[in-house]
Amino acid sequence: MKQVVLPELGEGIEGANITFWYFKVGDSVKEGEDLVELATDKATFNLPSPCSGTLKQILLNEGEAVKVGEVLAVIEEESSP
Amino acid sequence: MKFEIFDLGLTNFRQSWDFQKSMLLRVKQKELSSALILCRHLPVITLGRSGKKENILAGDSQLKKLNIKTYEVERGGDVTYHGPGQLCIYPVIDLANFKKDINWYLRSLEALLLDVLSDFGIKAQTQSGLTGIWVKQKKIASIGIAIKNWITFHGASLNLKNDDLANFSLIRPCGMDIIMTSMEGILNQEVRFDKVKRVLTRRWHEASSFAGTGRRN
Repeated sequence: MKQVVLPELGEGIEGANITFWYFKVGDSVKEGEDLVELATDKATFNLPSPCSGTLKQILLNEGEAVKVGEVLAVIEEESSP
Repeated sequence: MKFEIFDLGLTNFRQSWDFQKSMLLRVKQKELSSALILCRHLPVITLGRSGKKENILAGDSQLKKLNIKTYEVERGGDVTYHGPGQLCIYPVIDLANFKKDINWYLRSLEALLLDVLSDFGIKAQTQSGLTGIWVKQKKIASIGIAIKNWITFHGASLNLKNDDLANFSLIRPCGMDIIMTSMEGILNQEVRFDKVKRVLTRRWHEASSFAGTGRRN
């Protein structure tokens, strides 16, 4: 299981709001694909999936705030062939 | 890798939006190191991700009569208006080559605009806690950006002409009670687009460093 964590977005930015999930729980995702869109005051930021696998859990919904370092989702990594 | 400047001239918003996305892809695929897109828009209202529809004050019929379309776009910020009297500046750059910091990029865009305005003898400033450029209490340039894979798109709009400032009354810009001004409004003389573009691209290369030579202090 891999946790999707909100990375540092910049100096003085403590968090962001979730505007859009590109996938729902149970969907398969590929590494690097846009997973979720977040918004700060004047910017939007797309967080890519850190690995390929199945989206197991979405911990925060659209409209909710997320802090830097907080876990947004959990992905079950694809087992290597 | 190449850095390119694209001057689209007067376009409708949809065209320039699609163009930005095609550049985003080219930078992501490393065909280009970065792109600077310059254009002017036919009158249009865009609603950013923090946008509230009630900040569009004009009714549908009024907008239809004025032939002004509204687009919901993926940039940050609230509602804004674009018209032919503005220069829109859309840098598509990979922040991984500079600094992965949204605030650094916003402040760098502001610094670029302040430099350009200063070259025209306009003393402008930022306002604490807000993004954008003001001359005294009036706003002259607005900023709203989007970032994918740390590559930027959308950007800034700088008011040159007074002509379409009146259309800002169709909205509450950025969801705030803001009075807009323009370079011509401040200078009381004609300001030509080609001159502003020339100054901007020079400043882009030598000062803001986005073209790739390291950041000025």
